Amino acid sequence: MIRDPKDLQRYNASERANHWTVGICFILLALSGLAFFHPAFFPLTQFFGGPVWARIVHPYIGVLMALAFLVIFLRFKHLNQMTPADKEWLAKAKEMVDGNDHNMPEQGKYNGGQKAMFWALAVCMLLMTVSGLLIWRAWFGFDITAVRLGAVVHAAVASVMIALIMVHIYAAIWVKGTIRAMWYGTVTRAWAKQHHRAWYRQMTGK
Amino acid sequence: MALQSLDILRRSATTTPSTQVRSTVEVAKLIDVSTCIGCKACQVSCSEWNDIRADVGSNIGVYDNPTDLDAKAWTVMRFAETEENGKLEWLIRKDGCMHCADPGCLKACPSPGAIIQFKNGIVDFHQENCIGCGYCVTGCPFNVPRISKDDGKAYKCSLCSDRVAVGQEPSCVKTCPTGAISFGSKEDMKDLAATRVANLKTRGYANAGLYDPQGVGGTHVMYVLHHADKPELYSGLPKNPSISPLVGLWKGVAKPLATLALAGVALGSLFHYVTKGPNEVSKEIEDEIDQEDAK
Repeated sequence: MIRDPKDLQRYNASERANHWTVGICFILLALSGLAFFHPAFFPLTQFFGGPVWARIVHPYIGVLMALAFLVIFLRFKHLNQMTPADKEWLAKAKEMVDGNDHNMPEQGKYNGGQKAMFWALAVCMLLMTVSGLLIWRAWFGFDITAVRLGAVVHAAVASVMIALIMVHIYAAIWVKGTIRAMWYGTVTRAWAKQHHRAWYRQMTGK
Repeated sequence: MALQSLDILRRSATTTPSTQVRSTVEVAKLIDVSTCIGCKACQVSCSEWNDIRADVGSNIGVYDNPTDLDAKAWTVMRFAETEENGKLEWLIRKDGCMHCADPGCLKACPSPGAIIQFKNGIVDFHQENCIGCGYCVTGCPFNVPRISKDDGKAYKCSLCSDRVAVGQEPSCVKTCPTGAISFGSKEDMKDLAATRVANLKTRGYANAGLYDPQGVGGTHVMYVLHHADKPELYSGLPKNPSISPLVGLWKGVAKPLATLALAGVALGSLFHYVTKGPNEVSKEIEDEIDQEDAK
C-alpha cells in the first residue's frame, strides 16, 4: 500500500486524530454558531436535529474542542517559535501568494505563515472558550455586562476564526501534496524539499 | 398566542418585512404607582389567566413575594422604602415586561419568530419557536425574560395578547381594585397620565412625571411616578434605559459585516485558485529526488 517507503513522516497517528478531533468540532461549531449569529444561516441548525438541539450541543462540542486544541497547542508550541527566517518569509509572502516561491527563504517544519496561523488560532481559541463560558446559560449566570461582552467577543472572534480556518483549509488545498500529511501522515521528499527545505535536510540528513 | 390574531410589525431573526398592509392603534398599559396599594391582585390575576404558579418561596423579611420575576411569575410587586422630602415613602412598583418599541430581546433573538412585536406594540414570546439560548435576557435593558427550568424556554408578560386580540384588557388591569392600572390606546394613556401627573404636582410632588423612556423608543407599559426624576428609587427602574451598545454591536453591524467578510474569504480563495493556479511541487525538484535515488 505504501507507494514510496522513503516518504517522510510528518504527523503520527495520534497527532492526526488530535487534529481531526479539533477539526470536526470546529466544523460543527461553525455551522451551529453561524446559525445563532445571522438568520441567513439559521437553517444550518437542521444538521443538529433542530435549533433546540443545536443550542444544547454547541457548548459541549466547544468544551471538547478547547480540550483537544489545548493538547495540540502543547504538542506543537515548541515547533512554532518565530525565527528571523520566518519574519523574512512573512515579508515575502505576497510573492508566494502571487505564484512565485523561488525567492522564499528556507523553512523548517513550519513556515512563518503557519506559525502566525498557529498563534492566531491559539489566541482565538482562548477568547472563544472564555467568552463561550460567559454566555453558557445552561450552567452559568454571570453578570449581565460580562454576558453582553462575552456575546460580542464570541461572535467577533468566531468570525475571525472561521476566516482563519478558511485560509488554513485553502492553503492545504492550494499547496498540492499537503493534505495527505494530515490524512495518513506522510509527504513526498520532493514536497518537503520544495516547501520546507530545512525540515527536509533535518529528516533526510541531506 | 396564535400568530394570525394580531398584525405583526416585526419578528425576531427575520430580515424581510412582516405584515405591513394594515396598521392598528398602539396600545399601552399605564401603571399609576401613586395609587397602587401593593395588594398583589395583579399578580394573582396574571397567575390565574395565564395558568402559571411560581414555586412557593421563602419569606426573606420583605413584602416581595415571589421575590423575583420567574418563568411562572410574569409580574411581581417590588417594595422599596425610601426617604424623600424628609418623609418615609413606601414605593411599590409592579414590575414586568415594558413592551419596548425598540425591544432588545427581539434584536438579540436568533430564532425566527420566537419573539413577535405586534402592530399594537405588544412584544410577545412564542415559546414553540424558542430555542432557550437566553439571548433575550442578554438583550433586555430591564432584566425581564426568565428561562424556565422545566422546559428551557423564555417566558415573560405577554400583555395578555390573547385577551387584547379579542378586545379585552389585560387581566391585571381588569383586576386592580384601586384603578392604578389602566389600558387603552397609547395616546389616551398619555393623556390620562398627564392628568395624574398634574394632580400629583398639586399635592407637592414637583417631580412627578410619566415614565415612557425614549431610549427604547418609548414603552407600551408606562408608569406614573411621583419621583420621575429618580426612577431608580422604584427598586432600580433604570433612568435612561436603552439597548446596550454591546448588544447593538453584536446584533447590528457585526452581522452583515462578518457575513460579507467570510463570503469574501471563501470567494477570494476560489478565485485565487482559478487565477493563480495550484502551488505544485516543481518538476525540477522531483527530478533531483529521482537522481538521488538512482545513485
